[in-house]
Amino acid sequence: MTSSPLIRALDRGAVAFILVLVAIGVLVPALNLLTAESSVWHVPTYLVALWGKYVCYAILALSIDLIWGYCGILSLGHGAFFALGGYAMGMYLMRQIGTRGVYGNPILPDFMVFLNWPELPVFWYGFNHFAYAVLMVFLVPGVLAFVFGWFAFRSRVTGVYLSIITQALTYALLLGFFRNNFGFGGNNGLTDFKDILGFNVQAQETRAALFAISVLALIIGFFICRTIVASKLGMVLVSIRDAESRTRFLGYRVENYKLFVFTLSACMAGVAGALYVPQVGIINPSEFAPANSIEAVIWVAVGGRGTLIGAAIGAVIVNYGKTTFTSGPLAPYWLFLLGSLFVLVTLLLPRGIVGTVRHYSGALRDRKASAAAEDGITPNEPAPKAAE
Amino acid sequence: MLGAYTTYVVQDLIRTRNPGLFDYSLMIALPLAFLVAGAVGILIERTVIRFLYGRPLETLLATWGISLILQQAVRSAFGPTNKEVGNPGWMSGAFELGGITITYNRMWIIVFTLAVFVGLLALLRFTRLGLEMRAVTQNRAMAASMGIRTARIDALTFGLGSGIAGIAGVALSQIDNVSPNLGQGYIIDSFLVVVFGGVGNLWGTLVASFTLGIANKFLEPFAGAVLGKIAILVFIILFIQKRPRGMFALKGRAIEA
Repeated sequence: MTSSPLIRALDRGAVAFILVLVAIGVLVPALNLLTAESSVWHVPTYLVALWGKYVCYAILALSIDLIWGYCGILSLGHGAFFALGGYAMGMYLMRQIGTRGVYGNPILPDFMVFLNWPELPVFWYGFNHFAYAVLMVFLVPGVLAFVFGWFAFRSRVTGVYLSIITQALTYALLLGFFRNNFGFGGNNGLTDFKDILGFNVQAQETRAALFAISVLALIIGFFICRTIVASKLGMVLVSIRDAESRTRFLGYRVENYKLFVFTLSACMAGVAGALYVPQVGIINPSEFAPANSIEAVIWVAVGGRGTLIGAAIGAVIVNYGKTTFTSGPLAPYWLFLLGSLFVLVTLLLPRGIVGTVRHYSGALRDRKASAAAEDGITPNEPAPKAAE
Repeated sequence: MLGAYTTYVVQDLIRTRNPGLFDYSLMIALPLAFLVAGAVGILIERTVIRFLYGRPLETLLATWGISLILQQAVRSAFGPTNKEVGNPGWMSGAFELGGITITYNRMWIIVFTLAVFVGLLALLRFTRLGLEMRAVTQNRAMAASMGIRTARIDALTFGLGSGIAGIAGVALSQIDNVSPNLGQGYIIDSFLVVVFGGVGNLWGTLVASFTLGIANKFLEPFAGAVLGKIAILVFIILFIQKRPRGMFALKGRAIEA
């Protein structure tokens, strides 16, 4: 345990996961762009966009796993940060439409012309610059999470109470963004995008590039989370999860630690949303729906809470299932399946897929060489569920 | 939702079999709704919830999953469209009071709510079941060693809660659309009421729900329905900072409840 956190962050599983991601990030766009339409290896463009969506969900799941799996903060409002990041990116994309909108107004987006707004509201200033929009993608969810977390953690709101007020937060934003005079396009949201950085969003090349960038963002996000989790900071987080009062009595400023991961996690969710919007082509207030945020939590639970890799895998599996089920004759049964997933995972598989696999392979390894198991794997071990 | 659908089924049967009884349909629906919802509640408690005691966050997720299943089950059985539930004669119409029009059905619902509240208080206070319930809440191990079957009390309590939600559904069927999504809009509101009033306190719940409901209605003329709602949500988020355990928190010395 003497090596630097950076080295410890990259244990075997993490390296393998990053390599797989790199392979996906290179192969999928390459197979889409370089092979012929008729080739067996060709990946159609719609699949690239769909998988890109999954990757964005995986980043969101990662951000939830960081705070829920390692710090015990169950946020039922992470969809809000996701959507805020999405809106920041959507506002940039709206400004890029320029005179090509239905009304041809060079400055005002279509919906503002439609609502007879004389000029651009102040909070839309600056979104014609990409760099400013990117800054906002981090800043808006980050600042909101910081302020919200500052109040919530300082007054020691914990457990179910915290979950419920995060849900109230996303619900309030949902209602707000539904209003036309809020200045974000009301219930239609922002859509009909044309360009991103001068490239057509609909073009095959742009989609492939967006996919690669999303995978890159997932890798970076995963690496940041791994580094945090493997560091001393990560140990403190786990101890907060398992025995918050005891950690406080030992002299740690629990609320500062919580505030830090909560804000970081909100920024990650914002990035996920920002990458999601150009690939899906629309952002509207339904992204704020409390049900979405709760669904994101179940991705993490399915994959394995407190494993990071599991969160990403769970997000992809559940969403793949959702796409398969809701697009066929099985559509009426999707909610049955999703509902039973919630119940079965919490009842029978509290460690999730990755957690369970690790648990059993870990037990096997322990039996083989209990002495050598000291180094490296300790932070990964899904800790026993103590006081929630 | 289950309660509202029970009302619908009862009314449907009465309308086709015996139209003369229609005015009493709610009277028939009430106990039935209580029983149906209560039975489903007990079933859920026995099969899922009892394995999750002491893990409130997981319980939250599992019950959310169950609500998804129930919703979809109702949608599959009755179809996704709204069902019509009629008002009996004595609940239709309205009267004027100081320039405000009050419809009879809403007034009856308020009366009915107060009656349920009083009934529940009495049940907790004066019956053996209520006594045992309070005993289990206060000290589970001690209650068990005094010969109270705690598991049975758990199931009955959950059933009672579900049954009351069921009769709330009957009341709601009089003023809201009966559809599979009926309950969804109320989940967040009811969470907030409980958080505001404090867990485990009936008076807190009553005061909180009236406060929030009335505040919401008073804000509506100034700010509009949506902004009023947002103001309430922000208020609760701020309120919980001040009193993390609700308005009437249970007093205790535990550092972690």
